[in-house]
Amino acid sequence: MSEQEKIIEIEVLRYRPEQDEKPVPQVFKVPFTDDMSVLQGIQYIKDWLDGTLSYRWSCRMAICGSCGMMVDGIPKLACKTFLRDYYPNRVRIEALAHFPIERDLVVVADDFIEKLQRIKPWIIPKEARTLEQGEYIQTPAELDVYEQFSSCINCMLCYAACPQYGLNDKFLGPGIIALLHRYNADSRDGGEAERMQEIHGHEGVFNCTAVGYCSEVCPKGVDPANAVNVNKTKVAQDYFLRFVRPKAKGGME
Amino acid sequence: MNARRPYKRPMPGWWRKNPFFVEYVIHEATACFVAAYAFILLAGLVCLAMGEQSWNAWLAQVRSPMAVLAHLIMLVAIAYHSYTWFRIMPKTLPPIVIGGKRMSPAAITGGGLAAAAVTSLLMLGLAWGALS
Amino acid sequence: MSKRSNEPIFWLLFGAGGMLSALLGPALVLITGIAAPLGLGLSPDAFSYDKVHAVAVHWLGKGFLFLVVSLFLWHAGHRIFHSLHDFGIHAGALARALCYGVPAAATVIAAAALLAIGF
Repeated sequence: MSEQEKIIEIEVLRYRPEQDEKPVPQVFKVPFTDDMSVLQGIQYIKDWLDGTLSYRWSCRMAICGSCGMMVDGIPKLACKTFLRDYYPNRVRIEALAHFPIERDLVVVADDFIEKLQRIKPWIIPKEARTLEQGEYIQTPAELDVYEQFSSCINCMLCYAACPQYGLNDKFLGPGIIALLHRYNADSRDGGEAERMQEIHGHEGVFNCTAVGYCSEVCPKGVDPANAVNVNKTKVAQDYFLRFVRPKAKGGME
Repeated sequence: MNARRPYKRPMPGWWRKNPFFVEYVIHEATACFVAAYAFILLAGLVCLAMGEQSWNAWLAQVRSPMAVLAHLIMLVAIAYHSYTWFRIMPKTLPPIVIGGKRMSPAAITGGGLAAAAVTSLLMLGLAWGALS
Repeated sequence: MSKRSNEPIFWLLFGAGGMLSALLGPALVLITGIAAPLGLGLSPDAFSYDKVHAVAVHWLGKGFLFLVVSLFLWHAGHRIFHSLHDFGIHAGALARALCYGVPAAATVIAAAALLAIGF
């Protein structure tokens, strides 16, 4: 290798519940090359410096959504963030903000998973079709309406970017509402009335104050802020029009 | 024994820790200036209803150098509100499709700012007509 | 499933006031706070009782003044209410009463003043 080896300081916020009262920073000196991601830096620490370091990772290519963490205070996928962009400064790494820390860089994601199930993230067919009737047809224009929202990889960076979720974890939050919108906006889906009940309460869309940072940090180009705010309009329409419209199946309290 | 002890991090001063949040707090704070201006107008309306003497008293207040300075500050704050209101509009509006193409965020913000410029000019023209 | 919130009412008032102040706020401040009181670009008696009274008597002027005062305050109250929450002042009954009660009271006062001015 022609490249000269450089050393970067990585400060990791450690938390080992059996010995640490609260999280404490620990600095590691890590040799790196320009093609190394932050995740590879952490893997170096685990392999060579301290085997007790805990973190989640899997695909190393920004598709599994496991390695989300705060890098210099910004929510990032560690696999998609490069050490060279921080050198020669020290880079600070911390578990994803707004979630409880289970251990070191691992957060408790139970809340997110529970909310994900609540919004029924699957297509609830508008009309049941038999096998003989064939597939559900969709035009490119119909696909375009929801396609960006289907790019979500459940990495939870948008939750770490959302102060409203940090202040009140009952808030359904950006990513889940983006996924809810992904199904509601699908021409084949008929589950909107059921899902709207999850967002018309205080901790639904109106907990959002349009900070917009969720859309800035999304590593997959999803615009959760748009999904949340479009649904404010939808909930408001539903709020006023429920009096003049015939009762929709499952759509009322 | 359960060894789990999830640690919930407190978030004191969260809005100071990221430039994005600092800007958010600033544009939210423009609401204070919008409110202050509305109170001044409301006081003016009440004085107007009470008769010429009260109106002139209100007018004298508004003409004081401090009031003019306060209005200059409100002008800046509310203009910043305008700018940020239209800047966030691509996030708050449903997709707008024109001729089969989705309107870009820049076009939505630009359209909003252009609308503000036109209505402002109309307002200035109207005031000039009504009050000159 | 969650209980339906009445937030749409306040959110729409917030949005209407935000849009109105974004479109016209700066021009209004310029007119009523700087140009008219100081007679800049307008005649020195632009803000005389008679001229302003004539605007407030006209149904268009009346409606416009009412909407500006009321909606600006609904906008500001809603935004400040949420900002209090942002700063960790939890949305208690007092904060709610102030942030929404003041715009409601101002709406009534503005309507009363405009009606008293007559047609």
